[in-house]
Amino acid sequence: MKAGVLRERSGALLLVLPVLVFMAVFFLWPLWAMVTAAFVDDAVSKVLPRTAASIVSWNGQGVPSEAAHKALVQDLRAATDEQALGEAVRRLNSAASGFRTLLGRTIPAVKAASDPAQVDLLAIDPRWKDTRFWMALKEAMPPYTDRNILAAVDMKRDASGSIVLEAADASAHRLIMLRTLLVAAMVTIACAVIGLPYAMLAASLTGWKRSVLLLAVVLPLWTSLLVRTAAWFILLQNEGLINRALQAIGLIDSPLPLIFNRLGVVIAMTHVLLPFMVLPIYSVILGIPRNLMSAAQSMGAGPVRAFWRVLLPLSLPGLLSGSLLVFMVAIGYYITPALLGGANDQMISSVIAFYATGTANWGLAGALGLMLLGVTTVLYTIYGRFSTSPQVPGA
Amino acid sequence: MRPFIRFESVSKAFGSLTVVNALDLAIEKGEFVSLLGPSGSGKTTILMMLAGFERPTQGAIYLDGKRIDHLPPYRRQMGVVFQNYALFPHMSVAENVAFPLEMQRVPRAEITERVERALDMVKLKQLKDRRPSQLSGGQQQRIALTRALVFEPSVILMDEPLGALDKQLREHMQLEIRELHKRLGLTIVFVTHDQSEALTMSDRIAVFNAGRIEQIDVPQVIYDTPRTRFVAEFIGETNLIEAKVASVDNQVARLSLGAGLSARAHAGNGLSAGQTASFSLRPERIRLGASPEGSNALDMTITDCIYHGDHMRVQLTRDEFSLVARCERLAGNWTVGAPVVASFDPSDCTVLTQ
Ligand SMILES: Nc1ncnc2c1ncn2[C@@H]1O[C@H](COP(=O)(O)OP(=O)(O)O)[C@@H](O)[C@H]1O
Ligand SMILES: [Mg+2]
Repeated sequence: MKAGVLRERSGALLLVLPVLVFMAVFFLWPLWAMVTAAFVDDAVSKVLPRTAASIVSWNGQGVPSEAAHKALVQDLRAATDEQALGEAVRRLNSAASGFRTLLGRTIPAVKAASDPAQVDLLAIDPRWKDTRFWMALKEAMPPYTDRNILAAVDMKRDASGSIVLEAADASAHRLIMLRTLLVAAMVTIACAVIGLPYAMLAASLTGWKRSVLLLAVVLPLWTSLLVRTAAWFILLQNEGLINRALQAIGLIDSPLPLIFNRLGVVIAMTHVLLPFMVLPIYSVILGIPRNLMSAAQSMGAGPVRAFWRVLLPLSLPGLLSGSLLVFMVAIGYYITPALLGGANDQMISSVIAFYATGTANWGLAGALGLMLLGVTTVLYTIYGRFSTSPQVPGA
Repeated sequence: MRPFIRFESVSKAFGSLTVVNALDLAIEKGEFVSLLGPSGSGKTTILMMLAGFERPTQGAIYLDGKRIDHLPPYRRQMGVVFQNYALFPHMSVAENVAFPLEMQRVPRAEITERVERALDMVKLKQLKDRRPSQLSGGQQQRIALTRALVFEPSVILMDEPLGALDKQLREHMQLEIRELHKRLGLTIVFVTHDQSEALTMSDRIAVFNAGRIEQIDVPQVIYDTPRTRFVAEFIGETNLIEAKVASVDNQVARLSLGAGLSARAHAGNGLSAGQTASFSLRPERIRLGASPEGSNALDMTITDCIYHGDHMRVQLTRDEFSLVARCERLAGNWTVGAPVVASFDPSDCTVLTQ
């Protein structure tokens, strides 16, 4: 009996196993990779383990002791993994410029020396007298860092280790994050302005008219995002349908700038995200008993007042969940701003992509990604609150 | 006197389906009229036409002499109590009751006072800050009623307002509504499919069948002298008797009931010797044992006897003719198989059309 239950249980487990594996491989693992990329910083300490061990005792004044010099020489001689070494050099060079050329001269000399004990770093290059390079080495040694997460919000540690703002022209992550939130807010408002009346209209109709309206809003969900964005590209460009039509009927003389600016991004994103607004509102309205509007009218409320006092307040939960949903999806948008926006319309996802694929700065990409994830998680929590709260009692 | 509400050959069709058929109905001011009929007989549609949510396909509706069937609902000044109460879930009890007053643009201070007074009347003042979802069914019902009354509408319309309540609460609310009707002199049109509800509450009952009025009259007349077979069967329990009219003499018909039995009945007009007709005889009008002077007396056999607590239901048979009698529990000791004389007055045997 007990064995039977156990077998049944394990059978059930086997059935969900593919899902669990899928989740682990395509969701948890990338997430974990992002977190580690943001916080782990072992490119240098992996290649120079002996240096790491001996430099910790250095107080940061002048140059470290002879032992640290020896350790560095040993490490450089032992470093055979070209890729790992290159990674470490890049990391060090980003902390102290000039490190690349310094090591470029040092490494061949160290490797060529017959007796490592006789190697004098200062003789190879006098720059080894400079505290700046040794400081960069020391700071690159701890395996974990908050450098990326600070950089994500335009901050850094200064020479004394306290957290300060980055120079205003050096980094623009805050600006881009703000812009992302702004664009998302604009799209959310546009979706709400169009989506609320649309959902109300759809809910008030019956039969095929309702089906057509719903289909019109759901259909875009079934087409690829890229195709939809490309379609807007065709519509909005200077020689596009909209400008041609407006010029043909003589409303404008020269084409309106509809593309490669914020307007184009907002138009296209609103179209793409409209279903996420319409569907929650629609379902909430369907749940409102019809006789509430009749009751309001019987008590002397004309259509307008019945709308303001009854239908609109009761639709608000739908509007709220729709808005949160649209906002959440919008802040992660990437392709549409990239194709339809100008240089000043790029959103945080584009920046993440730039760091990840453009400069291979996975640490910063991970930190920015975490920030985006954080914002989304907060919004999602709020969304969960609103979408589960009961509003219409047992009618 | 001119009736307060008047339907003048009003018809309503949804597509090809005619739901209300050439309805003529007049309701006096201060009257409590029930629209009684089975589900689907068009009662709600009639109420909705009166309230303004449906437009008649044909005919005219008058309120206080003015034609209203073209007016939108919010111009009609009628208080409507809906089937599921239709309380606004996002407003408190007090806000719900204040709503119609706000719509009439009554001054703020007066609204507060009238809401207090109205809630006091139904003894729910202590609940005024609650949401409707926090109230019991009976309390919701009373708030819906209060909300319909508070702006002193000319007419109160109720669509099966007590349908969702349990039996005890329903009976309590029936009395309460009746009491309010008397005290405030309200004109009430009350839709129900519950015949006992209609009988206890109404001044007059209109019995509906398939979009037509079968009979409209005070409850006693509806019950005692149903005019049609439908009314006789829908209201209370009855013995339907198919009989041949042997002779008609001075408004009294002599019927042959079959199985060699005969009886006299009030014929009314239009009965002639030789025809067959249907008659209704209420079970409680049948006496067992004694047969007073002037009553019909039938020799029957008791074939079943069912105990119902406060009364007995006795099945009487003679060959293919059978009756059900309803007797006081203590009226006698009836044994199955025993012969008995069943008697009833000729006036209790009512001829039915159709
Ligand atoms: N809006 C409508 N469209 C089509 N048919 C309707 C509509 N409203 C009511 N009916 C039909 O009219 C008939 C009478 O309905 P109703 O007036 O609600 O009856 P009752 O209230 O007596 O149960 C029913 O057969 C119903 O299906
Ligand atoms: Mg009904």
